Order: sequence, then C-alpha cells, then structure tokens
Amino acid sequence: MTATLETEGGNLLEVRGLTKIFGTLKACDNIDLTVGRGEIHALLGENGAGKSTLVKMLFGSLEPNAGEIRWNGQVEQISSPGAARKLGIGMVFQHFSLFDALTAAENIALSLDDDTPIATIAAKAKALSYSYGLPLDPYSLVGDLSVGERQRIEIIRCLLQTPQLIILDEPTSVLTPQEADRLFETLERLRSEGKSILYISHRLEEVKRLCDRATVLRHGKVVGHCDPRKETASSLARMMVGNEVQAVVRDPVQGMDKAAALLEVRNLSRTPATPFSIPLRNINLSARAGEVIGIAGVAGNGQGEFFEAVSGEVQQQDAANVRIRGKDAGRLTISGRRLLGAAFVPEERLGHGAAPRMRLSENLLLSRHATDRKAFLGTAGTVQTRAIATAAQRIIEIMDVRKSGPDPEAAALSGGNLQKFIIGRELDRRPAVMVVNQPTWGVDAGAAARIRQALIELARSGSAVVVISQDLDELFEISDSIAVMHNGELSKPLPIAEATFEKVGLLMGGAEPGHVEPVAELA
Amino acid sequence: MFESILITIATAATPLLIASIGELVVERSGVLNLGVEGMMVMGAVTGFGVTLATGSPWLGIFAAIAVGALFSLLFGFLTLTLVTNQVATGLALTLLGLGLSGMLGEGFVGQPGIKLGNLDIPFLSDLPVIGRLIFGQDPVFYLSILLTVGVAWFLFRTRAGLTLRSVGDNHGSAHALGINVIGIRYLAVMFGGACAGLAGAYLSLVYTPQWIENMTAGRGWIALALVVFASWRPWRVLAGAYLFGAVSIGQLHAQALGIGVPSQLLSSLPYLATIVVLVLISRNRRLTMVNTPASLGRPFVPDR
Repeated sequence: MTATLETEGGNLLEVRGLTKIFGTLKACDNIDLTVGRGEIHALLGENGAGKSTLVKMLFGSLEPNAGEIRWNGQVEQISSPGAARKLGIGMVFQHFSLFDALTAAENIALSLDDDTPIATIAAKAKALSYSYGLPLDPYSLVGDLSVGERQRIEIIRCLLQTPQLIILDEPTSVLTPQEADRLFETLERLRSEGKSILYISHRLEEVKRLCDRATVLRHGKVVGHCDPRKETASSLARMMVGNEVQAVVRDPVQGMDKAAALLEVRNLSRTPATPFSIPLRNINLSARAGEVIGIAGVAGNGQGEFFEAVSGEVQQQDAANVRIRGKDAGRLTISGRRLLGAAFVPEERLGHGAAPRMRLSENLLLSRHATDRKAFLGTAGTVQTRAIATAAQRIIEIMDVRKSGPDPEAAALSGGNLQKFIIGRELDRRPAVMVVNQPTWGVDAGAAARIRQALIELARSGSAVVVISQDLDELFEISDSIAVMHNGELSKPLPIAEATFEKVGLLMGGAEPGHVEPVAELA
Repeated sequence: MFESILITIATAATPLLIASIGELVVERSGVLNLGVEGMMVMGAVTGFGVTLATGSPWLGIFAAIAVGALFSLLFGFLTLTLVTNQVATGLALTLLGLGLSGMLGEGFVGQPGIKLGNLDIPFLSDLPVIGRLIFGQDPVFYLSILLTVGVAWFLFRTRAGLTLRSVGDNHGSAHALGINVIGIRYLAVMFGGACAGLAGAYLSLVYTPQWIENMTAGRGWIALALVVFASWRPWRVLAGAYLFGAVSIGQLHAQALGIGVPSQLLSSLPYLATIVVLVLISRNRRLTMVNTPASLGRPFVPDR
C-alpha cells in the first residue's frame, strides 16, 4: 500500500477494482482508472458499456459493490453527491439535473451549501460565465432555454464550486459544432489552470483532439488504456466495439428530379401547445421516391413538434398541410396516414414507440391493426395470434433483436434492441413514406449501422425516407440532402454534395438570414 | 350587522386557509396528500376532547396540532418510506380519520364546548366597523394570516424554501445534487398535518364550539381544491379561502331572506364562485406551469 502511495502519489484520482452489480448484470466489473492532475482523461465506450455507472459511483450517486476510490492518495467512501463535492469533484450530467421551473441563478444556488444571497450568486455566475465565453443570463427561466444554454448553467454551476476534478458525461451530444468548439476552449483553459477533467464520450474525433489519455470500456470491463492522439479513429472504434464496424454503403441516386414526391409538407405552422414548447413556422418539405432527407438541429428546436404534426399525433387545420402520396392527409389520424402508406417511428421508445408492459407481438398488432387488418384480425375483429407471432418472429430474425424470452414485454428489452424491433416492425410493411425521429439514439454501433443501412435500402427500393437526428455523423452518412431545423423553422435542404459540417452547424445555430437571432446570447 | 357578517366570513375562511396553506407546502414538495379531511377531523376531535378534559382550549389546540402531525407521519411513512400509492393512501387516511374520530368522539356528542376567547384590545377593538374585525378576533385568525405571510416568504425568499420547491419540481435532479428528498418531504408532510390539525381544532373550538361527527363536512376537500385552483401560490389561497367564506355566508343570508332561488342552487354557489374566479385568475398558463410542482404525486425511489 505504501508502495502505491510513493509511486503514484501524483495522481488525483485512483480507482481500483470498482464493481457495480444490478440484479444479474455487472454494469461495472473490476474497473481500474487513474486520473492525473491537469489532464483531460477520456472515458470511451459504447452505450451500455458502463461509463455512466462508473462516474455515478465516483460522484456518490451510486454505491459500489466492491473496490476502492483513492482521492489524493487517500481511500475515500463517497457516500453522496454532497460528499463528492466536498472532496472537490464536480459533475456535468448527460441528462441535465436542472429544474425547469426555477431561474438559472436559483439552479446554481441549490448546489452551493452556504447561504449566499441569490443576487450575489447571480452576479458571480454572470461574471464567471462571461470570463469563460459562455454568456448566461442568471435570471432566465431554465424551461425557456435551449439545450446548449442549459449545459452552460451546468458547467458554471460546477465551476462555482471550484472543483479539482470535473466529470463531463457526453457533453457534446446536444451541441452544435460551434458550441462544441467553445466548450473545448473552456476545457483546455481549465486544464491549463491545473484542473483535471474526466471526459465521457463515444465521439472519437473530439477525444483525439482534446484528451491526453483514454480508458476504454466494453461490457463493463476496461479493455485498454491508450493515448488517443496516437490512435486513429478506427483503431479506437475497434477497441470500443471489439470488432470492425461495417461501414454503411450509400450509392448516389440518379434522376431524382423526375421522381414523384411521396411526402409533402406545405406551409405547416403550429402554435406552441405548452409554454415550454416551440411553435412551427411555415415549414415546407418535399421528400421524393428514392431519397433520404436528413433533418438536423439542436434538440428542442421544434423537431418533436414537427414529428407530431407529420405523424398525425396532432392534426392540422388545413388538410393540404401534409400530403402523403399525393393525397391530403392533414386532417387524418395516425391510422389514416398509415393507411396511405406512411410509417412513423417516434423518438421515445417506451410510451410512444411501444407500450412498455405489453409483449412484442401485442405491440406489433397495436401499430399495424389498421394497415394489416386482413392478416392480423379475423372477420369479427378477433386477434389472429398465430399470424402475428409469425410476423413478430420474422422481424426479430431480420433485425437480430436480442431478447430474454420467446415473446417478452417491450420494457424488458434493452433500448437498442427495442429500437431494432420498432424500426423492423415498420420496415416489414415496406412503407412508401417513412419518418423516423432519432433512429439510433442509445443504440450500439453495430446495430446502428444495421438500422442506417436498412433505411437507405428502403429509400433505394422506391420509398421516401425522412430522418430527424441530432447526430450529424449519422445524417452525413445516410442522407441525400440535409435540412436544418432551428427555432421552429426548417431551412431548404442542402444536397449532400454541398453540405459541410460547418454549413450545417451555422444553420443549427440560426445563422440563415430570416432566422430569429437567439436573444439570450447578448442579455 | 355588516361588521358581524364580515367577522363570520373571516371565521368561515380561517380553517380553510390554514388547511390549504399546509397542503400547499406539502404539494410544493411534490407530495399529494388527499388525507386533509381525515387529519382535520382528527384535529377537531382531539382539540375538543383535550379542552374538555383540561379546561384549556390552548392545550386542546396544541394537542390537535400534534395529532395532525402524527397522523400525517403515518401517511409519510407509507408513501415516502414504503412508497405506496399517494392517492390511495391519502383516501385511506381520510376514511380512517373519519371513522376513528367518530369512535373517539362518541362520548363528546351533545357536550357543551369551551370557546377559545377573542382578543380584546381596549379602545382599538371599539373602533366602528373595523374595530372588532381587525383587533377583536380570536388568536388563530391572526395566526392564519401570519402563516400565509410566513409560508410565502419561506417559499420564495429563503434558501430552504428554494430547496423545497426544487424537490417538488424534479426529485431526480434534486437527489443528484445531494439534496435529501425524502427528509424534506417528511418535514413538509408533517407541516401539512400540523396545519390540518389546527384547522380542525378551529372548527370544534371557535367556529362551532361542540363536537359533531364528521363536523369537517368536506372542508378538507375544499382546501385541496383551493390549493390547485390557486396554482400553488399562498396569496391566491388566501383570496380563494376568503371568497369561499364570503359566498357561503352570503348565500346563508340570502336563504334566510327567502329569495325565490332554490336553496340547493344557493348552497352550491360558494363552490361555483370559487372555481370560476380561481380559474379566471389562473388563465396565464405560463405562470401556472411554472408554479405547478412537476413531480407532484410521483413516487421517488433513489437508486443506490
């Protein structure tokens, strides 16, 4: 023990044999990790590799089953987030731990233990935020802010506690490329001030650019330590996934201008349904047979509202607002639109895409009872159990859905496997129009590649596919053109040959003429 | 005449106000306790019984507060520690309170009660019209106003109040920040119980100093409704309670005068008027949204 202290006394954080078990699943299995002072340390791994579980143990929100955590060479029991903060560990959460109904300053005040007046905190937060180039209006209500601005609050809140170690959990997954650049500058400045950063990501390019060392996790185990600057993106990916990820193949399409428009959205506007939602402003979009249109945008810019309007979850005043295969569909319900040949995959899997407590076969019937009435239902409306079971089995095999029993409840599947089933359920109908919101969110790299390839193939077989996603890499991989949603407006689609990360990123930030400038930036 | 009407209005509004303010704090912490009626009626029977036994209405009031808090502690243990369904548990608490109080109070029926005395400030109380209204009421009336001011100040001007609101807004985030969600909710629930107990004692020691079975007569439910319609804001609860008091006293006088409106319709007026007015003032959906505790009624189980 003394030997360890002498040899590695310079390290800020040392983790030895940390293990966390949920039921029968070893989320973290005997993890070793060392973070030095003034270093940006990357924690790499796919979704479900155990990254979030590991940092939750470091931050005291989860209790390890075994293993020890050394802080400045001392063994510490981190029993609560409060204890972690006292030691000097700060965390910026992936799913923000903010309060919508409170102001930015009140949110910050909640994580400071002393009784400093809100006004003082607001002034401090404002000064600090400007000094780091992350301007923030401390009196704005969190519910009104964009995701990028919310993250600023989290970061400023964390910095005000003057931590030695800052843990960032997938910080760029919700940012525009330009916002991400600003974040990287902030992190580099923090490193130069001697602070340590534990940076969790599955984006390899940014890890290569930013991080000094990396620890790679797979299935809850450490599979390697490396210097990311000396690796290539594909060698890092191999460590993360365990084998080569099949690249998605996308043949360019010919004669697109002559193809028929299968999905048309015309002058679609919508007033906000709740105080915290976004209005849609005069959206026009036309998706033709054979093409994949990608819709990019920072989360919370109206993508969800747009999807609801197109899928029929919310109907329009004017039937011509949405046209499917040349027929007015604006006043049709979801089933009505499905009967015209459209298929929809919402973002939220449990509760929207599938009923959590119902079996897969039942979920299949729920979404296709109208379109496949003849196959799935008898003359008196009785359920044809065998036909449905056969169809479910077909989808499970084609999409390689991994599950525990023969026909489990939807909630019993992992997020990625359920998503494969939901996408497969719609693809199985060979729909003429397919609209998908966040097709691969939380899906591992292998399955994501499979889903993307399936969407491209559907388009090439003569359907129109619209993909809404926050993952720019994904959109560049599969789209024939990319449109950007910002503040409820949709830009003109950029053909993929003309689209660059920079152009799309500027549009995501609202740079196109005619777009409303974000007000909070200057406040 | 006018003065005495105003005073009866204040007396009718005070128990509603106290119970509502207590429940407001409970709901602001994210817990929905539907057992207000049960806790109130337990407070009423305790207050009456203890006063009868000791001769001191003050002892009765303190005992009622303690019993209300204790009764809510049972609710807290079930819903917060054992994570039972809040709606079902609250309803059970009401049924339990009504039954238990009927049993405990069997011997009190028909017994003459002791009224808590009014304040009497020489000279000031004798001022015309407002003298007795402002300076000559019972002490609990003043306490109810103080309670409203205090809760409004606590919720929106103190760090502890901010913490309580944060727990009601998003208990997951609050837990992630290291806030003791369950502990804060226990305290809020007990405050609500104490207030309900006090409101009940007010009924049996001031409003009508006697014990009748089920004497709360649905006031606990009105209090619950007031909190929601007042969009969880203390001053609106005060306005709602007084409006309700005013219309219910007004319609009694109207019935006594024998105007040609069916008495059933008149009896329902206080409910209608309160709902209409509070719905009108909470038309601003944005403000309502910001004030609604987003975690209300949702069970919380921290993962460790």
